[in-house]
Amino acid sequence: MCSLCGSLGGHEHWADAAAREGVYTRNADPIRRRRERADRVRLANRVLALYGMRLSDWQGTSFLLSTFTGKSEIVEDLGHLWPAAEKLSGRICDPLAPDFLEALDANHG
Amino acid sequence: MVEDIPAFTRVTLLTGFLGSGKTTLLRRLLADPALKDTAVIINELGEVGIDHLLVERLDDQMVLLSSGCVCCTVRGELAATMRDLHSRRERGLVPPFRRLVIESTGLADPFPVLSTLKADPVLRHHFRAAGVVTTVDAVNGFGQLDRYIESVRQVAVADAIVLTKTDIAEEAVTARLAARLDAINPSASRLSAADAPLDADALLQAGGSGWFKAIAEPSMAMAAHAGVRAFSIIVDEPLDWTAFGVWLTMLLNRHGARILRVKGILALEGEQLPVAVHGVQHLVHAPTHLSRWPGEDHRSRLVFIVEGIEPDLIRRSFSIFNRLNMPVAA
Repeated sequence: MCSLCGSLGGHEHWADAAAREGVYTRNADPIRRRRERADRVRLANRVLALYGMRLSDWQGTSFLLSTFTGKSEIVEDLGHLWPAAEKLSGRICDPLAPDFLEALDANHG
Repeated sequence: MVEDIPAFTRVTLLTGFLGSGKTTLLRRLLADPALKDTAVIINELGEVGIDHLLVERLDDQMVLLSSGCVCCTVRGELAATMRDLHSRRERGLVPPFRRLVIESTGLADPFPVLSTLKADPVLRHHFRAAGVVTTVDAVNGFGQLDRYIESVRQVAVADAIVLTKTDIAEEAVTARLAARLDAINPSASRLSAADAPLDADALLQAGGSGWFKAIAEPSMAMAAHAGVRAFSIIVDEPLDWTAFGVWLTMLLNRHGARILRVKGILALEGEQLPVAVHGVQHLVHAPTHLSRWPGEDHRSRLVFIVEGIEPDLIRRSFSIFNRLNMPVAA
C-alpha cells in the first residue's frame, strides 16, 4: 500500500520499475535486486547522515527510515523517501543547497 | 475483440495556447484514416464541427466517426471519462482503439493530465503517456511567449511542436519564432500544420526520435527565456545508476515543479546499451533500455528544461552526487 496516499497496490516508482520488455530495471534478477537495494541504502545513508537520519532495508520489500534520535517510518521507495525524510527531520532536504553540497563534497569528494 | 486491446494504450496530450490552431489541427486529424484505431477526448463536440464525419452517435457525449475514430467530450473529471472509455472498449461497445489523444484547454498546464495517468489506480494499469504535442501560432506565438508563462511551459514540455498559420505569417517572423522555440525546447521535433498531408502517425508517436537529435547535438548556450531555460549535462565516464536515482528523486522532490522536463540517454556502469530516462516535473517514466546508441557519441547526456533554477547549481549537485559511490574520504 502506498504510505502517502493509502491506495492499494500497483504503485511503481521509476527507479524500481517492474521487469518488462524494453524497461530498464534491476528488479528482474533476485540477486541483482538485493544488491541494488543494499547499494541504495548505502548511498542514501551518505546523504541522510547529513540530516541526522539513516535508512535500512526492511524485509527486502520496504525501507525503514530513522532519525538519530529514534523517530522512524517505513518508506516504500525512493519517491517516498524524500518527503518522509523532510517530515521526520523537520528539515528541507535540498540537493541544490550550497551548504549541503559543500558538506557532501567534503565527505565524498 | 478483447485480444485486440493493447496491454497499454498510448496517450498523447494535445495542447497549445488559446487560438493557436489546436481545434483546426484536431479537425484535420479526426478526418484522417490514420486515426482509425484512435479515441479522442475533446472539450466540446460542437467546437470541432464533425457532423459530416459522423457515423453513429453512441450517446450524447460520444460519437463514432467515418475515419473509425471514437470521439468523446470530457465529462466531469478526465479520469472518469477515461475509465468510461476503457470500460466500453473492454465490453466491446466501442471499437478497440489502440491510442488516445486528449485535447487540453488553452491555458492548462499539461502536467496534471500526465499525473492522472500515473496516479489513478485503474488508469495506470491500462494507459501510458506517449507524448505531448503543442501547437504554436506562427503569427501570434511570439507575443504569447512574451506575455504568458503558460505558453512557454506548453512549449517546454512538448515532444512535438506543430507550427500553425505559417501560410499567413511572414517568413522572417516564422524563422525568429523557430529560433525561439529551439531556445526553450531544443528537444522537440517540429512540424508545420501547413504541410499537406500532415503525418498523423508521426505526430502521435512524438517523443521518439526528436529528442535524440537534441541530445546528440546539445547546444551549451541555450538562451534563457522568461525564466525558462534549457541546458545539458554531458558526462564522459559511465554513471552509477544507484547514485543517479538517489540524486534525481531528491532533486524532483524539492524542485519538481520547476523542472519542466528532463530527458537523458545514459551510459551506465556495467551496461553495454544506453538507458533513456524521461520526466515531466515530478513525474518520471519507467527508464527504457535502448537497442543502440543514436550516434557515435557514447557519453551520457541529460537535457533539462527548468524554470527559475540556475543551471550551474544543478550541474554542481549532479557532479557531487555522481561521486557518491566513491570511497569515503578518511
